Amino acid sequence: MTRALAFLLPLVLALSALSLSLGPADVSLPESLRALLLGGDGPLPLVMREIRLPRVLLALMIGGTLGLAGAAMQGYLRNPLAEPGLLGVSASAALGAVLAIQTGVSAAFALALPLSALAGAVVAVLILIVLAGPRAETLTLILAGVALSAVAGALTQLVLNLSPNPFAASEIVFWMMGSLADRSMLHVWLALPFMAVGVLLLAGVGRGLDALTLGEDAASSMGIDLARLRLRVVLGTACVVGAGTAVAGAIGFVGLVVPHLLRGVVGGRPGPLLWVSAAGGAAMLLAADIAVRLVAPDRDLKLGVLTALVGAPFFLHLVWRSRGERA
Amino acid sequence: MLRRALIGLLLAAAPAAAQDAPARVVSMNLCTDQLAMLLAAPGQLVSVSTLARDPMSSAMAREALAYPVNHGQAEEVWLMQPELVVVGAFTAQAAAQMLERLGTPVLRLEPAYGLADVPARLRTLGAAMGRQARAEALIADFETRLTALREELLRRPSAALYYANGYTTGDQTLAGEILLAAGFDNIAGDRGGGQLPLEALAMAEPEALITARPYPGASRSEEILMHPVVRRLRAAHAASATTGSDWICGTPHVLGAIDQLAAFRRELETETE
Repeated sequence: MTRALAFLLPLVLALSALSLSLGPADVSLPESLRALLLGGDGPLPLVMREIRLPRVLLALMIGGTLGLAGAAMQGYLRNPLAEPGLLGVSASAALGAVLAIQTGVSAAFALALPLSALAGAVVAVLILIVLAGPRAETLTLILAGVALSAVAGALTQLVLNLSPNPFAASEIVFWMMGSLADRSMLHVWLALPFMAVGVLLLAGVGRGLDALTLGEDAASSMGIDLARLRLRVVLGTACVVGAGTAVAGAIGFVGLVVPHLLRGVVGGRPGPLLWVSAAGGAAMLLAADIAVRLVAPDRDLKLGVLTALVGAPFFLHLVWRSRGERA
Repeated sequence: MLRRALIGLLLAAAPAAAQDAPARVVSMNLCTDQLAMLLAAPGQLVSVSTLARDPMSSAMAREALAYPVNHGQAEEVWLMQPELVVVGAFTAQAAAQMLERLGTPVLRLEPAYGLADVPARLRTLGAAMGRQARAEALIADFETRLTALREELLRRPSAALYYANGYTTGDQTLAGEILLAAGFDNIAGDRGGGQLPLEALAMAEPEALITARPYPGASRSEEILMHPVVRRLRAAHAASATTGSDWICGTPHVLGAIDQLAAFRRELETETE
């Protein structure tokens, strides 16, 4: 695990610096870093602190927590196809966020936005875990996820289409694909407390997930409280996915691809995989956010487009493999 | 066979298309609505689109109350038995094609891409509605007032047009020409419409920031107008004004927009002196 982190953390740092240096305002990296840290005259410090810094911070936070949540869900459900985006958790969180914005609650009370997204995510994770049962059958899990995604997506589109605001309907794309463009420090502060709680909850599940690989009875006999473990996974996942989706839309596949790529590095143990996946998720989302700006600098290409292009082949590969296992 | 018979029946039921001035005109587009209301003889215009009554978008919302509205659907428009249907070049195309198949003459009017298009559109629609004299009178009035509004300036303050989703319009658009005619210099430069990255806006530090009034019902797209960078820009030096319904369509009402914006520029200049 330490060897993997020794590689991943410098990668995350390098990608963060690269992301900070990218933008339409053409300034060198040292100059922009000086403006970021020391301030100074002119518009550059404002650009660095209010536009580029929140973008990098949100990519770190959202990518990291999506990787973490993906690893936790896969560990708990003991199924490599579990992922918040694919299973409709992100879509339900987006529905919660859209409801908060369209009813005007979030304008009156800013925290209503992440809270409402969190509520959407909690409902989705609960439905999934109840439907899929303690030992998740792939087919049941995926079907439950498809149904949840469809319902949440349809309700989101209904709400946005009924809005009197002419821009609302075009925002369906944002909620489905996610973007970090033009976010501010306000969004960072909005998401941060919920993500911190979620990370704390998920931080404690490592030992339980390791024990769970031996089966539920073995885990219970090792002193693992399964009900508490489940509660931590449900609330932790909902907290981080809810907060992330509320400010950046639903970004899929990060939680699927990253644990899958890194599982071998930690010898397949779900506990250590949590932290390695968090670092890997941050790196993946930073890279995706850099790529959308390089591919289409003056239009807001959505993040989910890239993560899906990378992630969907992985998904197909996993489905193929799980088919082989059942046969 | 049956279909052809049915269409023949429908065609026979429709009033024979008049050779010159159509007696019943239906408009299905916000901008053609306003042009048609300006041009029409009493009783000639049968219906305007529902947007024409929306004060957020229509400069003639009050006048539009006098006309029944349509929702851009072929069936309802067909039942109004129009002799001429006017649509925009890009909207309600399916309905327009359907009406053409049913034998109703349809005029597709391009939007105005600049101030010079205003007289051109008035002339085209005036000819189609058989109201040439009325069109020429409106054009003459428009051109006199436009010349009166243009003034010689020593300095043109810089300004940015900034809309939801970070959209801006350059000199080659109607809004861009309104800005130029009012004596501002557009930081977006000689281009059409497109994204203006928030960073580029912050680095350009325009003296005036012209944004759109927010629509009812919240949206994420308009949130960017409250971004700390935009707010700081407004507080620091950029005076701000909003665009309104006068800006949207190429009608003589754009003169009102130019007039208001020029007054805003004079106010800005006396403040900075």
